[in-house]
Amino acid sequence: MDTSLVYQSMYDLIRKTSTELPEDIHTALKNARLREHPDSIAYSIFDTILESSGLSKSTSLPVCQDTGTILALVKASQTGIYDEIRSCIIQAVQALTTEGILRQNCMDTITETNTGDNTGEHVPGIHFIPENGPARVGIMLKGGGSENVSTQYSLPDNALKAGRDFEGVRKCILDAVFQAQGKGCAPGILGVCIGGDRASGYATAKQQLFRRLDDSHTNKTIALLETTILEQANSMDIGPMGLGGNTTLLGVKIGTAGRHPACYFVTVSYSCWATRRYLIELDDTGAISRWL
Amino acid sequence: MAIVRASTPLSPDMIKGLAVGDTLRISGRIITGRDKVHKYLASGGESPVELEGALIYHCGPVAARRDDTWRITAAGPTTSMREEPYQADIIRTFHPGAIMGKGGMGDNTLGAMASCGCVYLHLTGGAAQFYASRITSVEEVHLGEFGQVEAMWVLRVHDLPALVTMDSHGRSLHTTIESNSLKRFQQLLENPL
Repeated sequence: MDTSLVYQSMYDLIRKTSTELPEDIHTALKNARLREHPDSIAYSIFDTILESSGLSKSTSLPVCQDTGTILALVKASQTGIYDEIRSCIIQAVQALTTEGILRQNCMDTITETNTGDNTGEHVPGIHFIPENGPARVGIMLKGGGSENVSTQYSLPDNALKAGRDFEGVRKCILDAVFQAQGKGCAPGILGVCIGGDRASGYATAKQQLFRRLDDSHTNKTIALLETTILEQANSMDIGPMGLGGNTTLLGVKIGTAGRHPACYFVTVSYSCWATRRYLIELDDTGAISRWL
Repeated sequence: MAIVRASTPLSPDMIKGLAVGDTLRISGRIITGRDKVHKYLASGGESPVELEGALIYHCGPVAARRDDTWRITAAGPTTSMREEPYQADIIRTFHPGAIMGKGGMGDNTLGAMASCGCVYLHLTGGAAQFYASRITSVEEVHLGEFGQVEAMWVLRVHDLPALVTMDSHGRSLHTTIESNSLKRFQQLLENPL
């Protein structure tokens, strides 16, 4: 791979992720506006959202001032390729922070100072997934407000009367939506993991947010759970920004992971309407061969 | 559900006349403050700018500096609830006319707003370009030691629309939505798959 091409690919990927709302989310927001009365608060919020994301695309400026937590997934066949991509991601993040495309979003936890360039201990979060075939890179920018309302349940949950089955899972997820109200910048998208451990639950839940809103889970039971929860959450009248309306969620994407017999975790990664994520594939030179 | 044009600082009479559901179209100076500014002001810090009647905006902008001039490249609201531990004290000490952010605030803030005359203005989270396009200039930057995101930015805005969701008469749209959604949530819990 040619380092300068890899760098340019990472720069283009991260810049587009910060400044262009993905097409499937944009379409879902336009459809959500149609479900509101033109005189309602909800309708005017969708107007503001659509005008703002149109402006960000045309000016190539950030969709949201909150760059969020920068998450990168790198699928590559060799660690050498991963190392090269990783170093280019870090350099591109630093350059885009200087240019005002990414906000200075990394605090040093011990000194309480901003590191100033979006890098720090474990930041940005870059994960290597060994996989044969062409290298693929995914970038996600997920707002801090939505990260704060993300949550994890350990079943059984006595307060919710949620047992260790999909009915219990349904109750937990609806509780997460109720607790979040508008604070995660509704209408949100839920990435969920059923099973796993405390750590893999969050990782798997977050990775579900890379799925397109219009896809469907290959397992019919999970697919039905996704559509049921989406419909029920949208009947709660929390609405965009929590100010009432018919769309509280744009999507529910559920993944699963094997679990310890004693543990049954349900992890909900709530993401704001401004979920920014793109996946690319690189050719042998490091240039972007296609957007996935 | 009136639409009201307003210039900052806001007068006590105007604040008193505002009700939940009204839309303000704001022009004038607004002052940003996030977690560090709130903690500083609530623990006895002096404000570098006059806050009487002022509009405090919960926002950490993205800013770029060129030829000694700051330009705001993105400036939507942040979650206001994080400032709940400090906001009531700040309202009682500094008497701002409005707090602006997203997601609403709690009972302590609502109480201070009623006793001091202050409203909460709600903006659409994530709409960073919509709001940045209403900012005409950066007038001052204070408390820069808190970092660019957490500093106190004095911004001039023109015709920025904001919804009153908590007024100075003890009403909160957030409380109404939450209690209605709680009823629906409880119904859903009792209807199994």
